[in-house]
Amino acid sequence: MEAVHEHDHSHDHPTGLMRWVTTTNHKDIGTMYLWFSFAMFMVGGVMALIIRTELFQPGLQVVQPEFFNQMTTLHGLIMVFGAIMPAFVGFANWQIPMMIGAPDMAFPRMNNWSFWLLPPAGTLLVLSMFVPGGSAGVGWTMYAPLTVQQGMGMDLVIFAVHILGMSSIMGSINIVTTILNLRAPGMTMMKMPLFVWTWLITAYLLIAAMPVLAGAVTMTLTDRHFGTHFFNAAGGGDPVLFQHIFWFFGHPEVYIIAIPAFGVISQVIPAFSRKPLFGYASMVYATASIAILSFLVWAHHMYTVGMPVEAQLYYMFATMLIAVPTGVKVFNWVATMWKGSMTFETPMLFAIGFLFLFTLGGFTGLVLALTPVDVQLHDTYYVVAHFHYVMVAGALFSAFAGVYFWLPKWIGKMYDETLGKWHFWLSIIFFNLTFFVQHFLGLAGMPRRIPDYSLQFADFNMISSIGAFGFGLSQLLFLYILIKAIRSGEKAPEKPWDGADTLEWTHLPTPAPYHSFETPPTVK
Amino acid sequence: MRLKAFSRLLFLATAMLMAGLASAEYQLNLKPAKTALGEAVYDLHTLVMIIITVIFIGVFGFMFYAIFKHRKSVGHQAAHFHENTTVEIVWTVIPVFILIGLAWPATKALLEMRDTSAPDMTIKVTGYQWKWGYEYLDDDVKFYSSLATPRDQIQGDAEKGEHYLLEVDKPLVVPVGKKVRILTTANDVLHAWYVPELAVKQDAIPGFIRDTWFQAEETGTFRGQCAELCGKEHGFMPIVVNVVSEDDYKIWVAEQKSAGGAAAYDPGKTYSVAELTSAGEAVYKAHCVACHQPNGSGMPPTFPALTGGMISTGPIANHLDIVLNGSKKNPMMAAFGAQLSDMEIAAVVTYERNALGNSLGDSLQPGEVAAARK
Repeated sequence: MEAVHEHDHSHDHPTGLMRWVTTTNHKDIGTMYLWFSFAMFMVGGVMALIIRTELFQPGLQVVQPEFFNQMTTLHGLIMVFGAIMPAFVGFANWQIPMMIGAPDMAFPRMNNWSFWLLPPAGTLLVLSMFVPGGSAGVGWTMYAPLTVQQGMGMDLVIFAVHILGMSSIMGSINIVTTILNLRAPGMTMMKMPLFVWTWLITAYLLIAAMPVLAGAVTMTLTDRHFGTHFFNAAGGGDPVLFQHIFWFFGHPEVYIIAIPAFGVISQVIPAFSRKPLFGYASMVYATASIAILSFLVWAHHMYTVGMPVEAQLYYMFATMLIAVPTGVKVFNWVATMWKGSMTFETPMLFAIGFLFLFTLGGFTGLVLALTPVDVQLHDTYYVVAHFHYVMVAGALFSAFAGVYFWLPKWIGKMYDETLGKWHFWLSIIFFNLTFFVQHFLGLAGMPRRIPDYSLQFADFNMISSIGAFGFGLSQLLFLYILIKAIRSGEKAPEKPWDGADTLEWTHLPTPAPYHSFETPPTVK
Repeated sequence: MRLKAFSRLLFLATAMLMAGLASAEYQLNLKPAKTALGEAVYDLHTLVMIIITVIFIGVFGFMFYAIFKHRKSVGHQAAHFHENTTVEIVWTVIPVFILIGLAWPATKALLEMRDTSAPDMTIKVTGYQWKWGYEYLDDDVKFYSSLATPRDQIQGDAEKGEHYLLEVDKPLVVPVGKKVRILTTANDVLHAWYVPELAVKQDAIPGFIRDTWFQAEETGTFRGQCAELCGKEHGFMPIVVNVVSEDDYKIWVAEQKSAGGAAAYDPGKTYSVAELTSAGEAVYKAHCVACHQPNGSGMPPTFPALTGGMISTGPIANHLDIVLNGSKKNPMMAAFGAQLSDMEIAAVVTYERNALGNSLGDSLQPGEVAAARK
């Protein structure tokens, strides 16, 4: 930088690659999170297609069972930790400062580091495939003692999880501090946009849950290399202990992914219904209740490990209880649409797709909550179908809704509405083709994580594989839409969505300037 | 029963809508159970399906009505209400009552499911990578059960049979109408013993014993498989349960006891290389083939080749040691000492040294195995 500019240093930034390496700007960092997430989404997607290719027909045609297991493991880890979570942190970075009237995140340099931890972690995950013995073939849940048998690929996965956890914890501390300290005058807690509320709650969940996962994988590491026996009965340990620790993290993790998705939907539905969110306060309380309950139900993932029946009863009742606040949220969204003046641009379509299919995933969650039924369905494709309805039709569709909704504000250009609608319809059709039939496979008794299956499952697996390829290819259209909008999109109007009423739409120009709200707005 | 008919209809209709593919061959629901408890589970599932279908239609009926009527393009003006305490209390309280209505039958079924007291017989099931060990604690019968589907069917070199991947060399045999208590444990990693039609799934955990039970109400063959990821052959360790009449069961037990002599050997006899090699082939196929492959090529580095391998062509004492006690360096090589008889170990070691491309010409006598065990 030239010396003459020193008096105004804060408005200078390097250009080219160094801009992205050294940036402390929340918008730059948000952009990097989103692109990183998209890249990981593609990598994890290719792995999903390898899985579905092998499962297209009975028999082993394409990959060997060990590699198949590595694919299920890496697909899960990359999608959860590399794609979905960073996507929502990207939204948080872009949106939270603008929505609360803050100039940037509270800890801009830590923000930079939170992001730049991700690429090495993603690289470690991918690299683990190329070490002797390949990556870990243990499933994303990494149950002991199978993890002890694995080669050094397992160690790379453990280190990757450690680094991803550090990134998440730092990102969360940043988000909590920003929301609690940098709100504009007049922006009381109960005036914050619901997206901000959901991230505040999510950040607390992350701070509480991620260290637990770090503990679990560290114990795995010391069992592997340093002679401990946490999970080895012969040394006084217990393999089930791992599952308890993992799911104490793992269940809140489900909501870490789902709650910011609720936040995006709670912005999009009112904007396109041209009507305020119904039951704002009860939405906040419902979200907080879900977050608290999420720490009290973990062993419903473990109904078949042979817990005492009293424990099973408790976990069943507590799990069923989650249906109440979740139901409140769904009812509130529908009530927001009720008597609105709706239009159906792409963000709204994805939000309705979310509402419809996420609720379906919630219903199968209620089926699985019933212990006697779950004993039949546990570790079958029914569970695979259930959590893909929540993770893909839930979190991913919500992320799509968010990108289409805020893209005009971010880049000042519009996406192609016709192509956006194509993206929605292709996604929702192929998604259901892929995953709806998996309910039937699970009910009929097909276990998950098997590379080959008996002939009774052949037809639905073939349908599911066809759907998966359609879904995967549809996402290339999304990439094309993004590139087209960035390169040659029409200039976005100042306020493209009539009903959008948060600060970034009402107080900032479109596109949002590199530095926004250097003087805080006053919120009435 | 009416619930069942309704649920079948429901699933069929959904499937037709979703894929337009419904036909009698597609299994769209839980398989009809062969135990009383399984029927209770089936009915509970049907009940919850009815409840969620009704709520689903209700909620999304409202949503789609709004989507068609309350849209800008038909000129609908937005109302401005954004809360209504009465409505919010109603839709919080009603679900609570629905859930209580569901919890009642679920609790009843669960308490029954976990009541393993007063069994008529007890079988200990041990999960191994990758086969099942069965031990009848009352009848003193013990055997291993592993995948019987030939490898060439899996690799696509032969047509797949009717029970592809769901057939075993020795099925579990139990009498009809008896309460069978299953104790599960595992030798190496987690497994899960899962037979859908008997409504049982119980994790098998190394170092611990868990239990479950079933009481089959009709005779027949019921198939399931391991449900907990247990390594590379997880998809290839099926479970087959033959439920037979009590008389047939007694005959079967008697047969097992007399056939128990097959693994015995004549201590005075010196077995020839050819005799041991031919006996060893069956042992190799049941216990070794999944890792070391039918031709002995293995899958290095985790599963070393036996053809020209360091141990399989090295000193025979080391070869015996690793089969008997497992490998200290590679946790994937299990100890087979407890699983196989002296005769079987002698046969399989001799087979590995004189087949699979090796021809060392030496042999191991069962007596030597017995001596090495001490």
